[in-house]
Amino acid sequence: MTAETMLAPAAAGAHRRAWGDTAFHALTFFFAAGVLLILSGVIVALIVGALPALERFGFGFVVADVWNPVTEKFGALAPIYGTLVTSAIAMLIGIPVAFGIALFITELSPVWLKQPLATMIELLAAIPSIIYGIWGLFVLAPFVQEYIEPALINTLGEVPGIGMLFAGPPLGIGVLTAGFILAVMVLPFISSIMRDVFETVPPMLKESAYGLGATTTEVVWQIVLPFTRIGVFGGILLGLGRALGETMAVTFVIGNSHHITASILQPGTTISAALANEFTEAVGDLYLSSLIALGLILFVITFIVLAIAKLLLIRLEKQAGR
Amino acid sequence: MQVYARRRLVNYIVIALSFVATGFGLLWLVLVLSTLLINGVSAITPSLFMQMTPPPGSSGGLLNAIAGSLAMTAIATAIGTPTGILAGTFLAEYARASRFGEFVRFVNDILLSAPSIIVGLFVYELMVVRMGHFSAWAGAVALAIIVVPVVVRTTEDMLRLVPATLREAAVALGAPKWKVIVMVAYRAAMQGMLTGVLLAVARISGETAPLLFTALNNQFWSGDLNAPMANLPVVIFQFAMSPYADWQTLAWGGALLITAAILLLNITARTLAAWSSFRQ
Repeated sequence: MTAETMLAPAAAGAHRRAWGDTAFHALTFFFAAGVLLILSGVIVALIVGALPALERFGFGFVVADVWNPVTEKFGALAPIYGTLVTSAIAMLIGIPVAFGIALFITELSPVWLKQPLATMIELLAAIPSIIYGIWGLFVLAPFVQEYIEPALINTLGEVPGIGMLFAGPPLGIGVLTAGFILAVMVLPFISSIMRDVFETVPPMLKESAYGLGATTTEVVWQIVLPFTRIGVFGGILLGLGRALGETMAVTFVIGNSHHITASILQPGTTISAALANEFTEAVGDLYLSSLIALGLILFVITFIVLAIAKLLLIRLEKQAGR
Repeated sequence: MQVYARRRLVNYIVIALSFVATGFGLLWLVLVLSTLLINGVSAITPSLFMQMTPPPGSSGGLLNAIAGSLAMTAIATAIGTPTGILAGTFLAEYARASRFGEFVRFVNDILLSAPSIIVGLFVYELMVVRMGHFSAWAGAVALAIIVVPVVVRTTEDMLRLVPATLREAAVALGAPKWKVIVMVAYRAAMQGMLTGVLLAVARISGETAPLLFTALNNQFWSGDLNAPMANLPVVIFQFAMSPYADWQTLAWGGALLITAAILLLNITARTLAAWSSFRQ
C-alpha cells in the first residue's frame, strides 16, 4: 500500500466536506442577495408604476395642490403636506414623552419595576395600527371633538398669529387627531432606543457626577444626553420614519380631504391614507399611476430618514465596540 | 442656599414630568385594551366563528375572514421563515465583517422599518397587475416580505450569541462548517430564532395596508388561493368605517380577536426569550 492510497478516503471526505460547505455558503448567499433583490424590486416597481404620472405632470406633480380624478389633474402637495404636518405633531408630542419614559425607566424606577414597565411600553408597539385606527375613530375622535378642540379654539384660537392653526369648527376627525395617534404609536420605538442608549453610559461617569452633588436632572442633561446624543437622534429619526409611513391609524381619523388648510383641526390627508382610501377604487391608468407616484415619494422620504437613522446608530455601535 | 433650592426644585419638576410621561404611556395601553374588551366581548359569540361576513344590515360572523387570515399568515410564515433564516445565517456566519454583509444588513434594517403600504404597492405591481386580478397568493407574498427582515435580524443576532467555544469544539471533532452551523449553532440559538419567528407572525397578523391591494377582500368563503380572500384586518377596516351597527360590532369583535392573538404571541415570545437567556 502506498501512502497515496492510504490517504484516499480521507481526501475524498475532505472533498465532500468542501463541496457541502460551498453549497451551503452559496445557498445562504443566494437568500441574502434576495434581501437586496426585494429592496431593488420595490424601487423598480414604484418607478415603473409612477412613470406615466411623472411623464404627464413632470416635477410639477410634487408641488401642485390639485387632486381631481374627474379632470385627471393630480398633484402631490396636499398629501405630502399632510404627511409632514401629522408627523411633526407626532414628534412634538412623542419625543418629550418618550424621553420622560426613558428617563424614568433608566434613572428613577426601582429595579424590580424596570423590566415590567419596559415590556408594557413595548406592548404599545405590538398593538397593530388598525386597532389604533378603530380606537381613534370611535373613542379618541369624539373625545377630542367634545373637549380638546373647543378648548383649543377658545384659547389658542384667539391668539393672533397662531390662531389660524386652530380655526374652524371642532370636527374630531382631522390632522390633530391623526398626529396625536401617531405620537402614541411612535412612543415605544423612540423610548426603547433612548433607553438602550442611556444604558450605555458608563456608570462611573454618572456616579462621578452624583458624587459631586449633581441632581438627577443635571446628570441627565449634562452627562447622559451629551454622551448619547447621536443615539437619541437616531432613535428620533427611526420614530419619524415610522410616523411618516403609518397608514391605517391615520386613514381612520384624518378625513381624507385633499385640501391644504392652515388649521390643524380640519380634515386632511397623508400619502399613505390617500393610497389606502383610493387605490382599489381608482379608475383610469393616470389616477392609478399618480397614486403609485405618491407611494414613490413616500418611499424616497422614509428611505432618506431611515438611512440617516441607521447610519447614526451604526456609527454609535462602532464607537461602543472600540 | 438659594441656588441649591432652585436646583432641587428643577429636579423635582423634571422627576414629576417624567412620572407623568410614563403614566401617559401606560394610560394609552390601558385605555386601548379596556375599550377593546368593553366593545369586543359582547361581539364574541359562537356565531362569530361559525358564520360568514354578512351583507349590510344583517347579522353574521367572521368565519371566512378568520380562515383567510390564518391561511395567508401560514403561507407567509412558510415562505418568509426559511428565507429569513438562511439570509440571517449568511450575515452571521459568512459575512460578519465583510462590506457586502454590512450592506445587506443596512438594506435589511431599511426593509424592517419601511412603510408596509409600500410593500403592498410593490406586490400589486409584481403580481396583481401581471395576473390581472387580486389573489390570496399576492397577499401571502406581501406578508412574507414583511416577515423576512424580522427573521433575518433575529437569526443573525441569535447566531452571534452562540459561544465560539461551542463551534470550536465541533470543528475540532472534524465537522465541516455547514454541519457546525446546522447541527450546533442552530440548536444553540433555537429559542432565540423561534422568538423571532413568533414576533414576525405577531407583526403580520395585524398588518392591513399590504393586504388592501393584494388579497383585497371577499364577502364569501373562498378556498381558492388564486382569488381574492377575506381577511380579518381588511374586514375590520371596511366594517368599522361603515355606518351599520351590526358591521361595527363585528369589527370590534375582530379587533379583540387580533389583539388577543398578538398579545399572546408576544408574551409567548418574550417568555421563550427570557427562558433561553436564563439557560445560557
